Amino acid sequence: MTHPTSTIASELLLDVRSVSLAFKGVKAISDLSFSVERGEICALIGPNGAGKSSLLNILNGVYLADSGEIVFAGEHFHRIEPLEAARRGIARTFQNNALFKKMSVIDNILAGLARHTASSFLAQGLRLPSARREEARLREQAEDILAFLDLQPHRHVVVGTLPYGVQKRVELARALVGRPTLLLLDEPLAGMNAGEKAEMSGFIAAINRHLGVTVVLIEHDVGIVMNLAGHIVVLDYGRKIGDGTPAQVRASPDVIAAYLGTRH
Amino acid sequence: MSLFLETLIGGLLAGTMYSLVAIGFVLIYKASGVFNFAQGSILLFSALLLVTLHEAGLPFVLSAALTMLVLIAGAVVIEHTVLRPLANRSPMTLFMATLGLSYVVEGTAQGLMGAQVHALDLGIEDVPIFFGDVLVSQFDLIAATTAGTLALVLALLFNRTRIGISLRAVADDTRAALSIGINLNRIWQIVWAVAGMVGLVAGVMWGARQGVQFSLSLVVLKALPVLIIGGFTSIGGAIVGGLIVGAAENLAETYIGPFIGGGITPWFPYVLAIAFLYVRPAGLFGERALERV
Repeated sequence: MTHPTSTIASELLLDVRSVSLAFKGVKAISDLSFSVERGEICALIGPNGAGKSSLLNILNGVYLADSGEIVFAGEHFHRIEPLEAARRGIARTFQNNALFKKMSVIDNILAGLARHTASSFLAQGLRLPSARREEARLREQAEDILAFLDLQPHRHVVVGTLPYGVQKRVELARALVGRPTLLLLDEPLAGMNAGEKAEMSGFIAAINRHLGVTVVLIEHDVGIVMNLAGHIVVLDYGRKIGDGTPAQVRASPDVIAAYLGTRH
Repeated sequence: MSLFLETLIGGLLAGTMYSLVAIGFVLIYKASGVFNFAQGSILLFSALLLVTLHEAGLPFVLSAALTMLVLIAGAVVIEHTVLRPLANRSPMTLFMATLGLSYVVEGTAQGLMGAQVHALDLGIEDVPIFFGDVLVSQFDLIAATTAGTLALVLALLFNRTRIGISLRAVADDTRAALSIGINLNRIWQIVWAVAGMVGLVAGVMWGARQGVQFSLSLVVLKALPVLIIGGFTSIGGAIVGGLIVGAAENLAETYIGPFIGGGITPWFPYVLAIAFLYVRPAGLFGERALERV
């Protein structure tokens, strides 16, 4: 169920076209194509080693695809550098949190605003009026995100000392504060208990609905994914074996065979 | 007792001169994992440039400002020609590059400004002051104040500015910093420029004490034991390491020296550093193991 090529380009935010990636001859992703519409939540599911994380790494420039191209917001890329990706509004979180563990929650979030900083180091050091106005504006943005994700009580706590579930939320806040267009989440619910998972998926839905951020996420908890995402892409051994709405994917024999393992 | 106090205080104050040099190393090591061997020649270059401009008739403040501009430009050039092309190479490659860089900087300094010894008079009289019956060098006191002020200014820059936050973010997790849009190349330029300024301050203090001359670049060797003891990744560690080295070498000279014929000061810090390597290889405040050197 791929999108027809006649779809108007402005509706598509992300178009992955025939992307392949191999590590030392081992295929991680084979000729993968799918597209993500602006404003949707798209979930990538599939067994371990299916190539999901590798794909996210290609999308924000950590890995270089062997072939194929990425179209993001109408622009074509063979390779997009991580810094370039961030500047164009692609934000992400990592499977094993990549927070600045020795810094406070608010400093972590402020770091996420680096690409919006216009004032120079000198202006900031001397606390010139322009730099102070910018500082106030950015702090306000950071406070908004703190409130949105219910992190205010932890504002000045050093991130490394927080519980894992809260750290995941801080990482989400740091990705979100730069007002991204596309948010890539690598297993945002991993290692959480049922209550934390429900809370986190509520936040992801709110981010999508209220902030209008398009989300691509990887998640293993199929029950939650089916409720959260409107679009599901199923990978197995680096190939796409399913693509569509949760109902379509759930009914697909290929997906049932590979993902639930009933035929093995 | 007053001899002990005098030796200790004199050593501690002199140790801050080592801290001044070590801080420049820590800044660059934290932000890029590079042990910058060229820090000593940058220190020499900046002090020499300032003295040369000053001797040419420019006021001291203007000479210092011009030197700082040259240091900023130098940081940008080094980032473009050395750091960027070698990004993601092994720490040893980068270390060798800075070793080469130190010769380039020193050669440039000598080619442009000659090899004579320049006196640098900061107007500080090196007369001792008495606190009770304890004798303290006025110059050492000012050097210690300078080191303290410098550490305070750096702490404010790191903790109170947003670029400071970016700097700490890069030091904490480079990959994550990149993924949220922190411009690593820009951070390197800033850090090298700031380390250059720190080198300038250290060069001026050392130059005022022993003349601005080519042996200044050898203060790098004094910074090594300080870094091993204090840790490569902590500015506080550089300060404490400097204090320990200063105090230890002074005390050793006074109390052990007479039994083995003196001349302990040059090598005692290294013995101390080796002892620390046995017990705390990452230094008192360091986090990473030394394999990145």
